Amino acid sequence: MTSPSTTLGAGARDARDRLSRFEARFLAERRTRMAWTALYLALFLAATIGSMVVSGFNVQKLMTGLPKAWNYVHGTLPTLTLENLLGDLRTWYWGFNYWLRLLVETVLMAFVGTALGGFLALLLCFPASRNLVQRSGIYFSARRALEFFRTVPELVFALIFVFAFGLGPFAGVLAIAVHTAGSLGKLFAEVNENVDMRPLEGVYASGGNWPMAMRLAVMPQALPNYASYALLRFEINVRGAAVLGVVGAGGIGQDLYFAIRQFEYQDISAILLLLIVTVSIIDMVCETIRHRLIGADNFKGH
Amino acid sequence: MPPAPSIAPGEIARLEKLQPTLFRRPWPELFLTYGLWTAFFGVLIFGLWWINASPARIWEGLGKLGFLVQFMFPPSDGGHFWEFAYAILETVGMAFLGTLIAAIVALPLGFLGAKNVIPNWFFHFGLRRFFDGFRAVDSLIWALIFVAAVGMGPFAGVLAIVFSDIPVFAKLFSESIENIDNKPVEGVRASGARELHTLRLGVFPQVVPVMLSHVLYFFESNVRSATILGIVGAGGIGLALSDRIRINNWDEAAFIIIMILVTVAVIDNISKRIRMKIILDKTDSK
Repeated sequence: MTSPSTTLGAGARDARDRLSRFEARFLAERRTRMAWTALYLALFLAATIGSMVVSGFNVQKLMTGLPKAWNYVHGTLPTLTLENLLGDLRTWYWGFNYWLRLLVETVLMAFVGTALGGFLALLLCFPASRNLVQRSGIYFSARRALEFFRTVPELVFALIFVFAFGLGPFAGVLAIAVHTAGSLGKLFAEVNENVDMRPLEGVYASGGNWPMAMRLAVMPQALPNYASYALLRFEINVRGAAVLGVVGAGGIGQDLYFAIRQFEYQDISAILLLLIVTVSIIDMVCETIRHRLIGADNFKGH
Repeated sequence: MPPAPSIAPGEIARLEKLQPTLFRRPWPELFLTYGLWTAFFGVLIFGLWWINASPARIWEGLGKLGFLVQFMFPPSDGGHFWEFAYAILETVGMAFLGTLIAAIVALPLGFLGAKNVIPNWFFHFGLRRFFDGFRAVDSLIWALIFVAAVGMGPFAGVLAIVFSDIPVFAKLFSESIENIDNKPVEGVRASGARELHTLRLGVFPQVVPVMLSHVLYFFESNVRSATILGIVGAGGIGLALSDRIRINNWDEAAFIIIMILVTVAVIDNISKRIRMKIILDKTDSK
């Protein structure tokens, strides 16, 4: 810097000192920041290399694996000809009625599981809301129970329930219900923690007890959000129910599993396509309802 | 107590005539409400009938479940602790690599799917529906397919995570690109920047923190789903767990479940901290 401070006296020298101090500090800050970035980068690289080692992943394997996977996917595609389109479709979907039945079962499993799990979540969400319970023991145990329900994977519950309740959709529904109770319970509790507390005071002031306050002061405020979360969970559960068959817990997954295991290539694509269409329809319907629910909520609120 | 306000006879009848909806809900609304509830319970009961639910069955099953829980205590590793620990490491590694690759592949797809990058309604709608459709295929189904295609082992698991995450990432990325503030972009452009500079200096600073926090969130959720991919032979702790359950080795199964819970809690905690830091940095720089 070519500053004329040498001729300008003490004030300017002071300013220059301050400037150089600032620059030194700026450089030091920048250096620590770069050091942190380098550290994060090194950690990230270490994690990447480490996971490549433990998962046996390398580029060569990818290069040979992806074409194989593509061949596999290509093999599942049906041969459809324009001359005999109907006949070809009929061969492709030879088990249409049977699969449709299984699809209905899958959606029903998701529905019943979501309903039962939602009911359980509704019971557990009030004790798990910080603002609604006085005793921290109750709050703590409700929270831990919900955490346990949602952290153990659905499929693990299904494996255990298949043992206890026998093969079939009953075990699957229970697995979905338990997992749903955990995840919905947490979301419901978060909704509860954001409610307006004045209606509660109103209910208590007119002599209501705790369950009455929950029912009459908390639920009316939270219900649209509950419903919206439950619908979202239903969409997720339809996807989840579709794979529970892998461990024998009912639904379309069982047949898909057999088709993949026994290399019934065209059945795989037929079932997957049916599944994708079903899930897409359910998603679209639920999304429309959810938007209307939240819209109605906003309308009522203001 | 103040005296109760007196209401003239006929006043209520008059008010009811004036504002009937305050006293009785209009019948189309009632019809809709009761109709919906009837339909809901109808489907619920039909579903319960379909799956053969009965109190006796629940009771019987709960008894068996009680036995299983008794067998689970005390959980023991049966001398396989390091084997399990390695399988857990493999699980986390699969999730990490799968999330990373999926995010990298989904990045260009996210730009393609954003309305403000390619303002063609037809293309946009088609791509979004395509992503949505593929979301229907669970990672376990991908795992089944890849185990059949490339053989058993964690490599199939990584591919399963990659393929099940790409459509979701693509959708989330394009949404976060659509939500950017256009003013910084215009500012960069006004100072004479070319397209790539505009992307780097106008778009990236806004979307990268959002994308990173999505990626971390998916890493958490993928650790959870990677724990079960082993059930179909795609690597990770799931194989050990499903084997223990199949051969009725409940104390070791309980041990593995506890290990999974601890791992998930640790990963969630770390990732939540990093996410918070990213979000805080973002709000600081604004």
